[in-house]
Amino acid sequence: MNASSTLYKRKGPLVIFLVPAFLFLILFLYYPFVQNIINSFSDITGLGAPASGLNTPWYANYVTLFSDPKLRTALGNTVLLTVCTVVFQVGIALILALLVDSIRVGAQLFRTLYFFPIVISATALGLMFNLIFLYNGGMLNQLLTNLGLITENIDWKDPSHFMATMFAPVMWQYVGFYFVIMITGLNNISQDLYEAAALDGCTGLHRVRYITLPLLRNVLCTCLVLAITGALKVFDLPWVMFGAGMPQDQGWLTGTYMYDQTFNRGNVDYGSTIAILIVVLGVVLSNVANRVFRPRHDI
Amino acid sequence: MKQKWTPAKIATYVVLIFWALTTLYPFVWVILNSFREKGLIRKESFSIPLPGSGLTMGNYAKAMDRFDFGNAYLNSLLVSVAVTVAVVILAGLAAYGLVRYRFRLRGFLYSLIMAGMMFPVFSTIIPVFRMEAAWGIASSGNRWLSLLAVILPQIAGNLCFAIIVLMGFIESVPIELEESAYVDGCHVFQVYFHIIMPAAKSSFATVAIFSFLWSYNDLFTQNFFLRVPREKTITLLLNEISSQAGVDYGLMAASVVLIVAPVLAVYIMLQKHIIKGLTAGAVKG
Repeated sequence: MNASSTLYKRKGPLVIFLVPAFLFLILFLYYPFVQNIINSFSDITGLGAPASGLNTPWYANYVTLFSDPKLRTALGNTVLLTVCTVVFQVGIALILALLVDSIRVGAQLFRTLYFFPIVISATALGLMFNLIFLYNGGMLNQLLTNLGLITENIDWKDPSHFMATMFAPVMWQYVGFYFVIMITGLNNISQDLYEAAALDGCTGLHRVRYITLPLLRNVLCTCLVLAITGALKVFDLPWVMFGAGMPQDQGWLTGTYMYDQTFNRGNVDYGSTIAILIVVLGVVLSNVANRVFRPRHDI
Repeated sequence: MKQKWTPAKIATYVVLIFWALTTLYPFVWVILNSFREKGLIRKESFSIPLPGSGLTMGNYAKAMDRFDFGNAYLNSLLVSVAVTVAVVILAGLAAYGLVRYRFRLRGFLYSLIMAGMMFPVFSTIIPVFRMEAAWGIASSGNRWLSLLAVILPQIAGNLCFAIIVLMGFIESVPIELEESAYVDGCHVFQVYFHIIMPAAKSSFATVAIFSFLWSYNDLFTQNFFLRVPREKTITLLLNEISSQAGVDYGLMAASVVLIVAPVLAVYIMLQKHIIKGLTAGAVKG
């Protein structure tokens, strides 16, 4: 696609191709985002209220950002969630993809089943997990009791368990997404390569280590970036399951904290500041991931 | 070909089946319990409810009776279909323009789209709300305008992803085809509609399916713009039920099933497209 064809020499029609979409993006995405940056320096006390001038000092919210203990909790949890997401979500997806790629019978069925949680709304999943993690008579407690592993019900949302209870559904839901991306990456690896490798005595784990993984690097990198930005934006599942920072303000994530500040406390300008923090973190972390794995860029 | 059952193969299937159970079983559990009589969920939620021993349709009857599911389905459908159609049209045109034309701002526009994928929706919603309120769409009290107020930002929210996926696909369409059509006297729009769209059909299907799902499942934007009962969509209804049902777990389970069922039906019918189209765009091989 380097040689531009004569068909595309006349740039006139380009206007019709690009203008409608970008008009939408500018009006409903870029302009509001810029507005959001301005808001983070302003003093806004209510959702509908106009800004009553700039903050004094104008960077006041950014000072608060560094001294707010709840935000520190939220950041800690979110970074931990991001790490867990990268390790477990992408890790489990990779293992499952490699395994499914190695079988013939049932591969299609597994693909369908693994992708399935993604199509369900987080609200419905949140309610479902609330039923599962219920203290008295939830699925998990009943299951463990029936298996004889516990004698007393476990409170899955208490301070010593809530982290796993919050993270597990989030990670579980999107494993299938990365799984499917990786499966396609695996399908693109030429069969000839494997045959040639087999002639040289390279099979099993060696084959995975020296052929599959290096060839899958672009795909893995895509998954990493998606996993990182996804983890930073997580909102609805934890919100439905835990609400505002339960238990005891230990359960905040950047997403839920930002929502709470903006919509429950009317702290609109501070909420805007947290939103900017989320975007900056996303850009920085995904750049780090890109740097480390350095994929070949086609564009 | 006959499979050999080596230990490694058996271990592979054990792992795969285990994960499949984790994705499938919770839903089966919820469906089973949606048919169970009220007091029994906490005690014996693992047995299969049979007629005469705890099977009931009462939870569904109660859900349909107490909440207006029909109206909520209609609202959800209106919003999601409108979003889907608009995203497919706008993203298709933009992706085509960005892939095939060479112009100075191309790289910049591409970065803009990538950046757009990172904006969390909560960082844009307040200015959008104010803008739409000023236009008289948001919180106007008119049901159709309120739905429109949800549709517009949802279109923008899905566009970036859609453009990226479609660009990946359109790039792989051989340009010679377009060239020869042009030589035969086709206008560039005819090329788009008669060559590009049919060739990238499955990626258009993917974009459509995902826009639909994300719009249907979205809680945040809808929650923001739709406040009046008759404007409520299906996700909002579920949210409302969860706060009202209290300890009526049977009602909750039945509501979850009622909300998930249509999506599930769509998924099972279209799953081939979903998986094929999504990955072809996300992964450039």
